[in-house]
Amino acid sequence: MFEDFHLASIVVSTIRNAPVLIFAAMAGLFAERSGVIDLALEGKMLASAFVSAAVAYTTQNAWYGVAAGVFVSAALALLQGYVSITQKGNQLVGGIAINIAMSGLTFVMAQFFYQQGGRTPDLGEARLFDIVLPGTAALADVPFLGWFYGHVIGGHSALVYLAFALIPLVHWVIYHSRFGLRLRACGENPHAADAAGVSVERTRYMAMLVCGVLCSFSGAYLAIVQSGFFLRDMSAGAGYLALTALVFGNWRPMYTALGCIMFGFFSAVQIQIEGVDLPGIGRIPGSLIQMIPYVVTVIVLAGLMAKSVAPKAIGKPFVKSR
Amino acid sequence: MKMTELPRWATGFVLPILNLVSALLVAALVIHLLGESPTESLAILIDSAVLNPEGLAYTLFYASTFIFTGLSVSIAMKAGLFNIGSEGQLYIGGLGLTMVMLAFDQTLPALLLIPLAMIGAAVFGAGWAFLPGYLQAKRGSHVVVTTIMFNFIAASLMNFIIVKYLIPEGQQNPASRVFSSAGEMPRLGEWFPVLGDTPLNVSFIIAIVALAIYGVMVWRSSWGYQLRATGLNQNAAHYAGVSISRMIIVAMLISGALAGLGAVNSIMGSTHYLSLNFPAGAGFVGIAIALMGRQHPVGIFLSSVLFGALIQGGFDLSLEKPNIPQETFIFIQGLIILFCGAMENLYGPAILKMINMTRTTAPVKG
Repeated sequence: MFEDFHLASIVVSTIRNAPVLIFAAMAGLFAERSGVIDLALEGKMLASAFVSAAVAYTTQNAWYGVAAGVFVSAALALLQGYVSITQKGNQLVGGIAINIAMSGLTFVMAQFFYQQGGRTPDLGEARLFDIVLPGTAALADVPFLGWFYGHVIGGHSALVYLAFALIPLVHWVIYHSRFGLRLRACGENPHAADAAGVSVERTRYMAMLVCGVLCSFSGAYLAIVQSGFFLRDMSAGAGYLALTALVFGNWRPMYTALGCIMFGFFSAVQIQIEGVDLPGIGRIPGSLIQMIPYVVTVIVLAGLMAKSVAPKAIGKPFVKSR
Repeated sequence: MKMTELPRWATGFVLPILNLVSALLVAALVIHLLGESPTESLAILIDSAVLNPEGLAYTLFYASTFIFTGLSVSIAMKAGLFNIGSEGQLYIGGLGLTMVMLAFDQTLPALLLIPLAMIGAAVFGAGWAFLPGYLQAKRGSHVVVTTIMFNFIAASLMNFIIVKYLIPEGQQNPASRVFSSAGEMPRLGEWFPVLGDTPLNVSFIIAIVALAIYGVMVWRSSWGYQLRATGLNQNAAHYAGVSISRMIIVAMLISGALAGLGAVNSIMGSTHYLSLNFPAGAGFVGIAIALMGRQHPVGIFLSSVLFGALIQGGFDLSLEKPNIPQETFIFIQGLIILFCGAMENLYGPAILKMINMTRTTAPVKG
């Protein structure tokens, strides 16, 4: 049952599933560490998925698509920033509003431009293609090493490498840069940050901008790399799952990324295991495996496995004391 | 004297209307960009959802479910809890109702069967809300995150249960079997022929009664006072002797039960069987309704009817104008939540300024 072939394809598809979550979770990390709850990851992902697919199709250039996605997602993040920071509105409500609005608007636009039931045409040549590392062909016949070099290290699109490179980068920015220190101060104790001369509003807006840019890659990856088209509600809860990873990882980049990879692994297993008779257990339906990440997170939240502590000032608009 | 806070007529009436108008103006702009006339679309919408009696019946039919989900979100909000899980609670409520139906619909008469099914829906809805409420009260896990998780868990679980256990043998459609006619809610069209053959049923009247009970319980009972105190300031409520954790759990249970009751209208009023993803976002509409209606019974009723009209009118509109599909109204729903919920004070400062200007020019009395 567990031949190497299965395990190998689970490993490869874990690597391919994880970037969607990693980009979104790292985006959410910036927003939430600065004190803004980001429930709108889903909406930003959808918007950038649609726009990047549409632009990539029209220009027949995947990178123009990615750039357009960045633009739209950043604009949405700034709108969210305006609602949460300047208007001091309810951040949860604002986030949900953006998700619902984008779920509707992306369908309406896709239908208006392409009339394919809310789908954009196949990108074909305009997809981002997998990078084949030099020497893959030479190593292909070597057992294990050939597979490892050609399919685990190599053979992915540029965005996959970007996602994994982001993890240490975000860690460095959050814990070792001046911006990161200010960001964390605004998320934990904005009044202290304010007293130290840091502009809480500006820091939070900056965080939202970074969040928007990072989140757009998640949508672009879905549309341009994974499927090659935009489909209605194609993010399918990935934005919320990324948020889950954030809670799971205690708002720390390394642990959060680990959570993302774990959730990517679950969905890889789900596809592999569906319809397979396991000895002693029988068939495990995919819908039950789909549940695992959420159940695990509830258990973590309940404090039964580890304590998850959110940034202290999260969700609270900052009102400067006079 | 300069006013620093808005009077009640402004926060309760003028601001929501202004916010709603802003949301609809953005929607009109989008409809214009889609190459259709906003005014003409509005005319079609009003004609099919309000002026036509059968259309109005459909509007009120949709509104009946929304009143329940709106109440569900509202009562949690009054206790300071943001229950995003109404969608999942409604879905699981449908399972409770279906289990009663599958067990008794051949044996019990309608008079016993319908109340029993309603109890089933309410109990299952409440049960699904219990754990998030308990975790918030006892372990401090944020109810927003847990209810989101529970929505996803409910979706997967129902998918599993319906596909594995409820599909009748030899059928492909992911739905339970059709219930016997004893489980059908009496339709209002039987008494008022003008409503025609529409699914508007007794649930609408039950929803109105629920609104009244909600109003009395929250504003005219000591329990409601404790509930609102918990929502406004937990420390003060605790000091006054309210058991906060108990209040949170009870509020979530009621919230879940109300969401579950929404399934009565959707299933027993119209389809008469449990189908995959039957809530179709009604739980999320409840969030919009609670925010727009400011958790007030009259507000909840009016916004429920508005959303019912948007769904019914939107359906007819999408048939006449292919560029404005049904999904446009999901977008409009998002806009309404954004303007009425997250940016509720957008016009606050401007109105305050206007009030103060008229006050300084007019002679000050008292």
